[in-house]
Amino acid sequence: MSSMSPQLPEHPDWLWRTPEPKTSYDVVVVGAGGHGLATAYYLARNHGITNVAVLERGWLAGGNMARNTTIIRSNYLCEESAAIYEHALKLWEGLPEELEYDFLFSQRGVLNLAHTLQDVREGTRRVNANRLGGVDAEWLDPDQVREFCPIVNTSPDVRYPVLGATLQPRAGIAKHDHVAWALARKADAYGVDLIQNCEVTGFVRDGDRVTGVETTRGRIAAGRVALAAAGHTSTLTDLVGLRLPLQSHPLQALVSELLEPVHPTVVMSNHVHVYVSQAHKGELVMGAGVDPYNGYGQRGSFHQIEHQMAAALELFPIFARAHVLRTWGGIVDVTPDASPIIGLTPVENLFLNCGWGTGGFKATPASGWVYADTIAHGRPHPLAEPFALDRFTTGALIDEHGAAAVAH
Amino acid sequence: MLLIACPWCGERDETEFHYGGQAHVAYPADPEALTDAEWAAYVFVRDNPKGPFAERWCHAAGCRRWFNVIRHTVTHDILAVYQAGQPRPVEFGLNGGAA
Repeated sequence: MSSMSPQLPEHPDWLWRTPEPKTSYDVVVVGAGGHGLATAYYLARNHGITNVAVLERGWLAGGNMARNTTIIRSNYLCEESAAIYEHALKLWEGLPEELEYDFLFSQRGVLNLAHTLQDVREGTRRVNANRLGGVDAEWLDPDQVREFCPIVNTSPDVRYPVLGATLQPRAGIAKHDHVAWALARKADAYGVDLIQNCEVTGFVRDGDRVTGVETTRGRIAAGRVALAAAGHTSTLTDLVGLRLPLQSHPLQALVSELLEPVHPTVVMSNHVHVYVSQAHKGELVMGAGVDPYNGYGQRGSFHQIEHQMAAALELFPIFARAHVLRTWGGIVDVTPDASPIIGLTPVENLFLNCGWGTGGFKATPASGWVYADTIAHGRPHPLAEPFALDRFTTGALIDEHGAAAVAH
Repeated sequence: MLLIACPWCGERDETEFHYGGQAHVAYPADPEALTDAEWAAYVFVRDNPKGPFAERWCHAAGCRRWFNVIRHTVTHDILAVYQAGQPRPVEFGLNGGAA
């Protein structure tokens, strides 16, 4: 299949230095996941700020960056969301060349299936909204769905027949680990220190200002401290008495054993609730919603896995003999309106980028882009402004529950 | 899957229950007196500890009653189960939230 590259990139030599932390930086980014690395990269590239450390309590890109299902799309209903995710998609389209690293960004399209009349209305509305906002979107009837993705069961004789689908042709998948390594290499080349096994245990305060961080490798002074810690964000802000509208949940995913290329696109179904793609190497990759309870254990309950596999079998009878190779969980920080929080905090020089919930990977470059700009100028980037923390006080929520083409 | 001991029905699978988030969040005594920020904190902000957490569960597919659980959010161990309206057990060192 032409959309599937036959070969992964060669495993590269060391891509970044392993420096000792300095005693002081202009900016300390907490968390070396995709968003933290993209932030450091754009701080250097766009703003010339290179005296930067990215602190990581584990290993680089070992949290949600290693655990996501790699889907990239921008077909959100709310215009604030579509704007930032479309900014991300445009950046994704140029990043392999810019970073000089082919991380196999494959624009194979994303289908969001409709199974009910309400799904059809929601889908066609979202297609229209996306087109008005400059996001590519098409509405497919069941025959067109079958043509685009022949393995989807479009028979009317099933419990939840496929009544149509939205298609974003420019959406797709990428090799998540390689994205992180590509960003890390370029950030390192600009002089950014990537410091692993360095957990932030406290903040150095001077009145209402943060002036540094305490870490397991000593105190590090910082002009500005930028959190990019996903599910652990509130454990950090608790240290400065800042309570956030975040709840950390397990989000699980699974892969099958390696199979011949059989699935040409990405299929998401909100109603029977699963999303499925096939990785370049051949695994079927599936995910669904969060476990309902709070959790930091990077694992969830097995009935969530059974539920999403049942949904996958309903949509793809061809998968009946496939085996689950591996399941895993990450820790995702979910906000009440299922939209991220980006921007300043009541604590001077402490910046926040969190609450991406179940969908942060696709946003990686735009998240880093707007966060770096926000940190550099001490005011929100225009695309980040609607996502400020104070929206929970003003009531200007960006309610993506049910509007984002997939349940959270 | 969690095995949860309903105070009335005994141990049942997690799939019989509905999750209710943080326990012991009291409705403000005088909501009209709250600032917008205080109201936002009541509506939207909950504790999110890494460790023991007092939370509500409803035995939705059983007796349909709400009750409280102390659960460790890393290990998922259920450390205590007690009826709604009872005070939070003190021995788990929980922080934050209303009493």
